[in-house]
Amino acid sequence: MLEHVELFFKSIFIDNMVFATFLGMCSYLAVSKKVATAVGLGAAVIFVLAVTVPLNWLLDQYILRDGALAWLGPEYADYNLSFLSFILFIATIATMVQLVEIVVEKFSPALYNSLGIFLPLIAVNCAILGGSLFMQAREIATLGLAFNYGLSSGIGWFLAILAIAAIREKIRYSNVPPPLRGLGITFIITGLMAIGFMSFGGMLTGGDEAPAPEPTTAQKSEKEKTTLEKEEQENAVSYNTIVKE
Amino acid sequence: MAILTKKDTKLILDPLADNNPITIQVLGICSALAITAELKASIVMALSVLFVLGLGNVVISLMRNIIPSKIRIIVQLVVVAALVIIVDQVLKAFAYELSKTLAVFVGLIITNCIIMGRFEAFALGNGVWRSFLDGIGNAAGYGIILIIVGFFRELLGSGTLLGIPVLGNPIDKTGLYAIGYENNGFMLLSPMALIVVGILIWVQRSRNKTLIEEN
Repeated sequence: MLEHVELFFKSIFIDNMVFATFLGMCSYLAVSKKVATAVGLGAAVIFVLAVTVPLNWLLDQYILRDGALAWLGPEYADYNLSFLSFILFIATIATMVQLVEIVVEKFSPALYNSLGIFLPLIAVNCAILGGSLFMQAREIATLGLAFNYGLSSGIGWFLAILAIAAIREKIRYSNVPPPLRGLGITFIITGLMAIGFMSFGGMLTGGDEAPAPEPTTAQKSEKEKTTLEKEEQENAVSYNTIVKE
Repeated sequence: MAILTKKDTKLILDPLADNNPITIQVLGICSALAITAELKASIVMALSVLFVLGLGNVVISLMRNIIPSKIRIIVQLVVVAALVIIVDQVLKAFAYELSKTLAVFVGLIITNCIIMGRFEAFALGNGVWRSFLDGIGNAAGYGIILIIVGFFRELLGSGTLLGIPVLGNPIDKTGLYAIGYENNGFMLLSPMALIVVGILIWVQRSRNKTLIEEN
């Protein structure tokens, strides 16, 4: 239970899709001029992520992983179809988005009209494919956790686009320098928001086992580790040369 | 086909500045921000997108008269996914360390809006040679921004370029470090990528007043 809660908060605040890993930036920048459309798109992204990440988890678990086909028979246990991940994931996503489009058109034509072209564009939103790929890279363990991950990543994205839309509505009345107006100031504000979200990084430093490896921060600490090792080596070398003399 | 006509050179040169996919068309932002902490990764990503966009544009342009309109997004996705799988496998085979740095962002080339955007806007309605040039031009425009951002982030963030220390040695305090200069580690983190691109946009729009948005 605790790992669910931990994953939930980690995906919303610490590994926020927009601020930590920059997924879904194109639609984030394009749709954030008004809060109303931003809310609509955010809701659609939450829904699509919550549906596609568990589905892709099932695909990964039973078809794509190394040795996943063992349920078909012992002679299939050596197959590693993970190179097909991209094409299968994108196929499920495209199908689910088509489904969401049909459902939204039927039940809420107003929302459908306000979203316009952006609903089919969710299929190629990096946030959706990125959610599934990160789920695969971090080797999320169970279906429940995959659903949790999809839902909370979507909520994190929704939070980000809601915040930037609200800010953009307000700065329309501010004195932004002309070259920065529109796109430029949005980038800089998003950068400042990302700095703010980094402060959440100290939130889950409990004594449990380390969370699943994160590509960006793990790679950064590796970088620090290797530079530290290099420093130690070089310090050791210079000490030795001094001692010789 | 040997000499590029004026219209064709426009196809290549426009995306480099005035119609730049990242700063003007606002496409392909995700990968531009995420992997530019190192110049090497930026160059490899730019080359990958060049391959996928150039070849993809050619393939879609060749097929443009036989793709039924209802399933064209699916066809485009399949073409891009196939090309990206090739890129991914080649990277894993020949540059494993780099493919670990790029991690999921190689896969995310599939959803790179530039590629789908150019397929829809150009390759579906134009001939093979022009589509190829358009693909090359847009990939070059994307690549330029990536390389500029990667250059500044790596230089200011770790004092190296392509892994080679250029500002001196931080441990032995040679070069610039002798006068007390320190690496700005913050440049390697995500927020600075956004701010660097914001500043690039500022510079570009100051030089070309026609690009300024009306509020």
